[in-house]
Amino acid sequence: MPRSRQKLFLALFPLVVVAAQLVMRATATEYCLTQLTMAVYYAIVVMGLCLLMGYAGQVSLGHGAFFAIGGYTSAVLTTHDFSVVKGTAWGGALEGAHLLVTKQDLYGHTALSVSPWAAFAAAMLITFVIALLIGYPALRLRGHYLAMATLGFALIVSKMLLGSAVTGSADGIHGVPEWKLLPGLSVTGKSALRVQNYYIACGLALLLLLVLRNLLESRVGRALLAIHDRETAANAMGINTAAYKLKVFVLSALLAAMAGVFFTHYTGGIAPSEAGALKSVRYVALAAAGGMANLWGVTVVSIALNYFSLRGWFGTYDNAVFGAILILIISLAPEGPLKPLGLWLRRLAGNRDTERRPQHGAP
Amino acid sequence: MALLEVSGVRRAFGGLVAVDGVSLAVNAGQIKGVIGPNGAGKTTLFNIISGLLKPDAGQITFKGRVISGLKPYQIACAGVSRTFQNPSLFLQMNVLENVMVGRHSRARWGFFGCGLRWPGQPREERAIGEAALAQLDYVGLADLADRPAGALPFGQRRMVELARALATEPEMLLLDEPASGLNTREKEDLGVLIRKIRDRGITILLVEHDMAVVMGLSDDITVLHNGRPIAQGAPQAVQNDPRVVSVYLGEDFQGDGEGWEALPGRPAGPTPTCCSR
Repeated sequence: MPRSRQKLFLALFPLVVVAAQLVMRATATEYCLTQLTMAVYYAIVVMGLCLLMGYAGQVSLGHGAFFAIGGYTSAVLTTHDFSVVKGTAWGGALEGAHLLVTKQDLYGHTALSVSPWAAFAAAMLITFVIALLIGYPALRLRGHYLAMATLGFALIVSKMLLGSAVTGSADGIHGVPEWKLLPGLSVTGKSALRVQNYYIACGLALLLLLVLRNLLESRVGRALLAIHDRETAANAMGINTAAYKLKVFVLSALLAAMAGVFFTHYTGGIAPSEAGALKSVRYVALAAAGGMANLWGVTVVSIALNYFSLRGWFGTYDNAVFGAILILIISLAPEGPLKPLGLWLRRLAGNRDTERRPQHGAP
Repeated sequence: MALLEVSGVRRAFGGLVAVDGVSLAVNAGQIKGVIGPNGAGKTTLFNIISGLLKPDAGQITFKGRVISGLKPYQIACAGVSRTFQNPSLFLQMNVLENVMVGRHSRARWGFFGCGLRWPGQPREERAIGEAALAQLDYVGLADLADRPAGALPFGQRRMVELARALATEPEMLLLDEPASGLNTREKEDLGVLIRKIRDRGITILLVEHDMAVVMGLSDDITVLHNGRPIAQGAPQAVQNDPRVVSVYLGEDFQGDGEGWEALPGRPAGPTPTCCSR
């Protein structure tokens, strides 16, 4: 995407975010911000997929599982009672370092749990290790091995979450405490802090968009595109393709897990459906609908579609809608609907000759 | 000592032995040609040298260091760059970005530095762009920098690929049939350019079908046939080698040193052009 348009989007994003909130306040529908906030967190997963699939050309069907690993790690650590370590030397040390905090649950019992920041760090670390373990063997091979490996991984994770008492089986985990990011700024589902949390989510998304844009407009971004296009030539030009594929996979997994942690603190809990294969396929569909290698398109489309989905617009056809989107995009507009739509609009506007590029492959 | 030494390299695909005990040496500052009929194993040899294929046996050393068994990107970093028989540009990028990819191994900022625009990273990025533009200018395509790579005609893709290979700052350049698909005019320009590159101090190993090009350019030629080297020497000597003549023209010409000129209907001349497409 041209730099000028990148800048335009970058300036437009905060404006649209603020405008959306003001419109909702004016129309007394500010309760909808809850779903919008959740949709923004989901969009962060898709941003990671944009890098992995759109740029590096590697398909993952397991990003729902990484989202869940982030969320569950955080949820388990911040709700589980670790009182047994009280009195031991290292338990005291952890408490002294504020990694373990005492809190009161609903019934007045005191419990010793991991602080949200420490839980966040643990979630990132665990995701990092798991992504490395899956990515390392799968990405040394060419083709769709990563898609297969991640699909299997997602199924295993979802079954494990369903079957394990620690993760609350089919009920998942609830009662996740608020996460005080900074004094006066906390990720929580309290309705009084709804607007604040909307801006936290959008701020995080904007920050990540900036970082990812920097990344894609650099040597790293070109290397990823080169791998997608012609892996052999990329390797012959000095790019360590296996390492780059692994790094971008781990990065996208970390983004998904980060979204999962924020999401879990925001909604106060997490359920095993987040790890389901259908969720992972949904992320892929959203990335495809946004145009894959189009960071802004992917972000906007996934916020919008997830918002509609969370508001219940698609009713019982929810998963079917995303499946249909995936099929339609792949068969009709593999580059995503935004580019052909843009061309069509421009053609309607009359200047036919812009953007008309000769086709590939003709010598 | 030779810059690149290939000794006893063998590679089989199933029952077909594509390269069978090839040894050759390329001296620094040379233009070395590798010729041979279709299926002689030239491209396989290239792929082995550049690391895309692993040899079953034998060893390759570059500047005295064993490079056989290394990954292609490691060989590129060691200073051996290549072009492909079919120009393999990155079609999702524009021409300049393609050449900028060639600078990859000469730059250092990774995921963190690039994502956070660490101090120094934007400067490096600008330097990459400038160096790439300089290489494009060198091959005469600087004014096409913003064009999408897929929009270029075949001959220009070749040149962009050459610029991309040069951007890696190689000490040695492997050119896989650089003249194929080019017209007469483009071939002449290519010859001039290849000599210019050699004069810059870059050693060149050339696989070529076009006899006029290869005979005119090379200082030294190795002829492959069925995966084996059958002759080696200066262009004139190789041209008159009876084994070479028989391989190219058939048994009838065996032992006849004047084989090229003796071919009925072929105009006499110093540079035979058999096997050109």
